[in-house]
Amino acid sequence: MTSKQTKAGKLGEKITGAEALIRGLEMENVDVMFGLPGGCILPAYDPLLKSSIRHILVRHEQGAGHMAEGYAHVTGRPGVAMVTSGPAATNMVTPLCDAFMDSIPMVAITGQVSTSAIGTDAFQECDTVGITRSITKHNELVMSAEDLPMAIRQAFHIATTGRPGPVLIDVPKDVLQNTMSWNWPTDDEVADSLPGYKPNTKGHTRMIKEAAQLILRSERPVLYVGGGVLKARAADALRALAELTQIPVVTTLMARGAFPDDHPLCLGMPGMHGTATAVTAMQKSDLLIALGARFDDRVTGKVNGFAPEAKIIHVDIDPAEQGKVRKPDVPIVGDCRLVIEEMVKAIQELLQGGTSQADLNPWRSRVSGWQEQFPLMYEQSEPGGPLKPQYCLEKLRDAAPEGTILVSGVGQHQMWSSQYWRFNEPYTWVNSGGLGTMGFSVPAAIGAKVGRPDKTVWAIDGDGCFQMTAQELVTASIEKIPVKIGILNNSYLGMVRQWQEMFYDERYSEVYLSPDTPNYVKWAEAMGCVGIRVDDPSEVEAAIDKANSINDRPVVVDFRVDAREIVYPMIAPGTSNDAIMLPPSQSARKEFLK
Amino acid sequence: MSGSNPYGSAPTHHMLSVLVQNRPGVLARVASLFARRGYNIFSLAVAPTEQAEYSRITIVVDVESSPLEQIVKQLFKLIDVVRISELDPRKSVERELMVATIKASATERGEIVELVNIFEGRILSVGADAVTVSLDGSPEKLDDFTELLRQYGITESQRTGRVALPKLDTATKVTKALNTQGKAN
Repeated sequence: MTSKQTKAGKLGEKITGAEALIRGLEMENVDVMFGLPGGCILPAYDPLLKSSIRHILVRHEQGAGHMAEGYAHVTGRPGVAMVTSGPAATNMVTPLCDAFMDSIPMVAITGQVSTSAIGTDAFQECDTVGITRSITKHNELVMSAEDLPMAIRQAFHIATTGRPGPVLIDVPKDVLQNTMSWNWPTDDEVADSLPGYKPNTKGHTRMIKEAAQLILRSERPVLYVGGGVLKARAADALRALAELTQIPVVTTLMARGAFPDDHPLCLGMPGMHGTATAVTAMQKSDLLIALGARFDDRVTGKVNGFAPEAKIIHVDIDPAEQGKVRKPDVPIVGDCRLVIEEMVKAIQELLQGGTSQADLNPWRSRVSGWQEQFPLMYEQSEPGGPLKPQYCLEKLRDAAPEGTILVSGVGQHQMWSSQYWRFNEPYTWVNSGGLGTMGFSVPAAIGAKVGRPDKTVWAIDGDGCFQMTAQELVTASIEKIPVKIGILNNSYLGMVRQWQEMFYDERYSEVYLSPDTPNYVKWAEAMGCVGIRVDDPSEVEAAIDKANSINDRPVVVDFRVDAREIVYPMIAPGTSNDAIMLPPSQSARKEFLK
Repeated sequence: MSGSNPYGSAPTHHMLSVLVQNRPGVLARVASLFARRGYNIFSLAVAPTEQAEYSRITIVVDVESSPLEQIVKQLFKLIDVVRISELDPRKSVERELMVATIKASATERGEIVELVNIFEGRILSVGADAVTVSLDGSPEKLDDFTELLRQYGITESQRTGRVALPKLDTATKVTKALNTQGKAN
């Protein structure tokens, strides 16, 4: 990127739709975009040559989408991906759905065949808006160059406000080529153009007061914190609420880092592979204060057995989450930060007015009893024994520079990452929660590193996941994006193997990959990365130190780990959270979980 | 979409009046949302309103009352949806149009014309052994009309699905009527 140019030209200036598109992205303060050119989007790539926007050329369009997501995760700004029509648009489907499920602000721009060719089954034509309708917050086929500025403004507005999400703009080739007169709609014009879109951010005052009273009355409350707290930049407000009330906190997979893991009130992650304490505290609770959480099936287990005695305060910016799974006693529609801040004030007023809070000491001591009895644990190897994946994570965590961002794929390694890392800052954890997209981590880590070049970015991947999107390490090498990838290589689709072991009588069907093919070190080197192989526990620390010392290119560490290792605790699908399965060494004292 | 009355036998039907921005693809968005969330549409009518930039979609939905709240909320998340009114059949006026071709020999034709007149319908076209008639009115009236025509033999019939608006009374101001029925989430 050599020359820069000023952002916006004169209103009314005659430019092409392609120039308007790029200029519009500059106006929206886009500093980087991820993409890959092709036939229909070609006109947009020409004005990009003289734009201030950095374009990162990916090797597969899916990579562009996940990079945009990773970027958005760590910066809070919308990630932008631009690709061509047809197969490129369909390759964007997985990242769009991923961003939709995890409420990631993202703007995707796809090329489309010329307006006259639409509907004729032209070369590389597909019904992109039709295909992506149910996996985007909004999408739009722009039929005139004059409409592009408004479409861009709407896209960024919709993607980043309310419950964030992906927005797609589909742009036919002739719309990019045609001349238009440059315009840039005002905020009022954008609002007027969207009469049906008015997200409510401020919670209902009476409901907040009611919630405050309920919080002070309850004897076994739990703060159930979801990804919405991070989206709303509400980590500080949450901490104030927790410390004021001394209520223990669970952070869901999407909320890891929203509350510090080393805080005495933090119980860790709830759900299918959550800590026994987080799971049990919710089960025994008399009040769940759900903040930006959506009662996902991976958290609730069997819904009618979930937290049976708990009343529910549900704070969410999306009205459709209220009562979708569990009917709340106090529903509050609003932005988590604004609502939590008001809640803190309401509680302070009640306390100052003489209302006292119920004694939480019996509850706190029960909870800390569980914490002592049921810590996360695994069996350490005997000397000469196999390498344990959890051990690799502990060593990575202990050696990680302050503020390291951890990215993961999907499967056993993801659960161990969430369990064994210590997340003490928000926006240091990036993963695919709702959709569970294998192959997410390599491109998402690249996007995260682009968004936060000042931070160390480690991706923990499985060998199955790595093989889905590893080619983006070529992008990382060429673009000088020094991410670090740790493959927990157990030569299996490990989580599937775990389910087959536990629920299909150890009948292993189509889950064995291969420990040696591909040769990960050679593959890494072929892609311009440093490759390191680790077989024995004694080699772990040196390999991590070496990886941490390399900052001029990506590093791939192939950790050869024990394939028999199981993620514990586990709640079998379809069962109640009361039926939590503990590690063998703890299961004898399960009675204590009362 | 059958001609039977959804309110008479099945109280699980609800009527939604959805005001949308009149933009390409908006009907597809609404229809695919219903399909995606597993709700059945019993009937659907769509047309532009008095303001050209808006259309109104009247949907008769086949659901229990609690999931209706969920579908209304999901529907409202569509950017093009401006307002949703859940219409209580007791507090709304409904109309539906049907056209039907009836077998009619020369001797029967007089009886059919008389029936059409009683119901205040119209004869749209006449053939050698059939007539095509139209009738608009409440869905119940259309049901009764259909029953009476059945003895002659209905060759083809088509109903539009209902359209509806909130019922006014003498004390109602229009703006208030809209606001109280709108789901302003």
